[in-house]
Amino acid sequence: MTKPLIKIDDLSLGFTARDGRQAPILRGVSLELRAGETLGIVGESGSGKSTVALAMMGYLKSGLSVFRGNAFFDGHDMFSLPEKERARLRGSSIALIPQNAGQALTPTLKIGQQIDEALRLHTDLDASARAGRVIELLSRVRLPSPEDMALRYPHELSGGQQQRAAVAMALAGNAKALLLDEPTTGLDVTTQAHILEFLRHLAQEMGVAMIYVSHDLGVIARVADRVAVMYAGQLAEEGPTREVLRAPQHPYTRGLLASIPRLGEPGIPASMPGVPPAVGSELTACAFADRCDQVRPECRQSVPALLETPHGRVRCLFSNDPGQPRETTIRDPQIKDARALTLDQVAISYSKIGWFDRLIGKKDPTPTVERATFGLKKGETLGLVGESGSGKSTILRAIAGLVGTQDGSVTLSDGESLAAPVNGRDRETLRRVQMIFQNADASLNPRQTIGEILATPLRLYFGLKGDDARKRAEDLLEAVRLPARYLDRFPGQLSGGEKQRVGVARAFAANPEVTLCDEVTSALDVSVQAAALALLTRLQKENGSSYIFVSHDLAVVRAVSDRVAVLYQGRICEIGPSAQVYAPPYHPYTSTLMGAVLEPDPDTAPALLANDMTEKSPPAKGCPFQRCCPRHMGDVCDTEVPPARDLGTGHLIHCHMLPEQLVRSADTSVDQVPEEAAENAMA
Amino acid sequence: MLKLLKTIVSRPSGAIGLGLTVFHILMALCAPWIAPFDPTAQNADAILIAPSAQHWMGTDTLGRDVFSRVLHGGRLAIAVTFSAAVLATLWGGFAGIFFGTVGGRVDEYSMRIVDAFLSMPWLLFLLLIISIGGAGPVTIIPTLGFFYGVAVLRVIRGAAMQVAARDFVTAAKARGEALWPILSREMFPNLSDILLVEGAMRWSWMLLAFSSLSFLGFGATPPTPDWGLMVAQERGLLSTAPWGVFWPCVALSSLIIGINLLADAVGKALGLDRATAIAV
Repeated sequence: MTKPLIKIDDLSLGFTARDGRQAPILRGVSLELRAGETLGIVGESGSGKSTVALAMMGYLKSGLSVFRGNAFFDGHDMFSLPEKERARLRGSSIALIPQNAGQALTPTLKIGQQIDEALRLHTDLDASARAGRVIELLSRVRLPSPEDMALRYPHELSGGQQQRAAVAMALAGNAKALLLDEPTTGLDVTTQAHILEFLRHLAQEMGVAMIYVSHDLGVIARVADRVAVMYAGQLAEEGPTREVLRAPQHPYTRGLLASIPRLGEPGIPASMPGVPPAVGSELTACAFADRCDQVRPECRQSVPALLETPHGRVRCLFSNDPGQPRETTIRDPQIKDARALTLDQVAISYSKIGWFDRLIGKKDPTPTVERATFGLKKGETLGLVGESGSGKSTILRAIAGLVGTQDGSVTLSDGESLAAPVNGRDRETLRRVQMIFQNADASLNPRQTIGEILATPLRLYFGLKGDDARKRAEDLLEAVRLPARYLDRFPGQLSGGEKQRVGVARAFAANPEVTLCDEVTSALDVSVQAAALALLTRLQKENGSSYIFVSHDLAVVRAVSDRVAVLYQGRICEIGPSAQVYAPPYHPYTSTLMGAVLEPDPDTAPALLANDMTEKSPPAKGCPFQRCCPRHMGDVCDTEVPPARDLGTGHLIHCHMLPEQLVRSADTSVDQVPEEAAENAMA
Repeated sequence: MLKLLKTIVSRPSGAIGLGLTVFHILMALCAPWIAPFDPTAQNADAILIAPSAQHWMGTDTLGRDVFSRVLHGGRLAIAVTFSAAVLATLWGGFAGIFFGTVGGRVDEYSMRIVDAFLSMPWLLFLLLIISIGGAGPVTIIPTLGFFYGVAVLRVIRGAAMQVAARDFVTAAKARGEALWPILSREMFPNLSDILLVEGAMRWSWMLLAFSSLSFLGFGATPPTPDWGLMVAQERGLLSTAPWGVFWPCVALSSLIIGINLLADAVGKALGLDRATAIAV
């Protein structure tokens, strides 16, 4: 066994309060990492996963101090070195790839210049040698035409390309270790899959040690050799990725895996009730005891030790008891035949040209959303799925009246038109359509109590005031399973999942017919997400409300939707009952999306297009997917809008190809895309 | 409130700022009782006496006790500028929140007018208005309040634009709330902190402006004891009897520094409060 490059030993660190009380963030964590190895650190928010990763690089966030233990990097005891020495070591042999590469790159310098600067700092190469090395690094991270890329500014690169450029810069210093903190979280699924494949190869090729921090077990499954599961600042479980994901030993890992929605299984995954102990609180029992479904009295007597298992380590007294398998709940929607909402040939455009441009003969730009046609039955959930820029949120905002429609009609069940934006609608129409926002943190006014937040729609739509409003607000909180005492709390005092519950309660305060859910679970941890999905499903059944559920996550959409529409560049590619959309024949774009989904299973590899897609605006004519389509047929795709082919039961695929051909295409590998097709897409 | 006060005092700069400001306000309030002499009483026998046991800060050209005059000298300035600061904060704050929330063309055009005001040499304008309207609080308070309100407007509008972009405001709009509830319930509570700090900062600058006006002869009128006026009257004797200029300057500067430090500490304390609320 080679000597580990990085080793932390019984490391505890955290805040020290003024009265000398210690609030630990990490509690006795020991980990090792060898060169060429990738360690995945996974955990929910507040679990200390980023802190442990930074500590492995000898770095503490400001305000934190080490209580106990050591961190060794390449034989140096990092926390006993003077700060200057530590900074030098970090600069030369450790590189950090942040979550948002776009912000880490200097916007006013060309990519080449920035890498050159890193080389000048960390190597003694002369100018011409550095120029050669810049190109070498850019091709190493597999950016197309590196000579050209070196001359571009960061904003001229797509998100995925920026992330690659940031990796190239990190490699300039001959780093021995790379720390990646959720580097793909802001990226689209297809781009993410490409970056992960690239990072995997990079680690093997260069022999660098990587620490990969993520909340997403699907991502960890793709890149990591070993995985450490963090819970409440402790290691819950650690071991080889395959063993941990296939045969999890800790009930928390099992619960985490069970709460992830799977592409292949419809239904709401099991959720883990409860919340982790507060950051910095004192532990006297197993940290997970309160949320564990197989807790026993022994678990509450002391903090369990980390036990050795055949493959790794686990902090559970009863790890050999597999417990009850958690079951997914199959939805049982009460769908009526009547329609709650109808969209017919809707077009939405954000930008209009001015009178001067019109005078000199310019035309309006291609609308952001075009030909959006679908119906929503009472009690039904329609999922809108697509990547960023697919227009899914724009459609929601148009229905909510936050942007105007340019063309087409949006009507409610009784024919009431939603063409007018918010200030042209009467109060009753407004009440019938409610929206739940992506980020509960931002959608609740931090200066209002939960009671005030819930009272607002009650006053506005029903004229309820005082005690009546408070009574109704209590009922609403109960419906979302929050205690009535929360009425006097401020949003800042609630956890992320609780805030989202308040957001849901606020929407239901209006007793809406149509509820618009905009990425409502994407800011939540998976275990909380499952509970939020179950809540939405239950409320739908109780109230008979119809949902439009927007998400970039195909598995989440599958879990809650009766029907699904796949959007690309503001145009519907495929729409139909979930079971049919999620099975062949696929629209070529649907199949691309499905291929990029990462399952928390180390043995499933994503099927990828030859290159990640980067497109800015929809094409003026023809099929929206023409520039990236692996099944591009020629002129007809570029010039004619594809016909909607009906496969029965309302399953429509907008493609020039016949359904029979599409079925066959599902078998052939999509990896054989002509390179130039993808190159064109970049331009 | 008590917690806020504690946070402010926990920082040396905050404690000094609060101390200086409170000290000056107390002095101004109690001046008639603690001043050893009548600030306007002239004494031909005691002209330009250097600081002594009887006249702690000496006497001026007319034999008036400088210490008593310094004690009284802040009364008018503090009263006038505080009123003007409240006025500026109210109208600038309201207009700033309004334009920041409404946005669009209304905002665009109004901001050009604001730009025009900000580009004017306001001191000259003040002088012009005062020469027409006459020196005195009735003219000076609204004038100072208006001009400084323009600057408040600009700052608050910028902050309001950021708040207006957040989802809870979008949610209120989607709900169909009218403009006034959005301004008062959604926007204002999230901007009150910054408005308070901004108002305090403007107050300190107004003090300087008012003293400048007095110095130029457009603010306080003789024989009113006023720091700016005192400096103006005694400046010719700076080399022979510097105490007549020195002490009013010390008083004025220490108050301005005090308010600035206090405003800064309040801002930090409110910001810190929010950060800990999120962290917990």
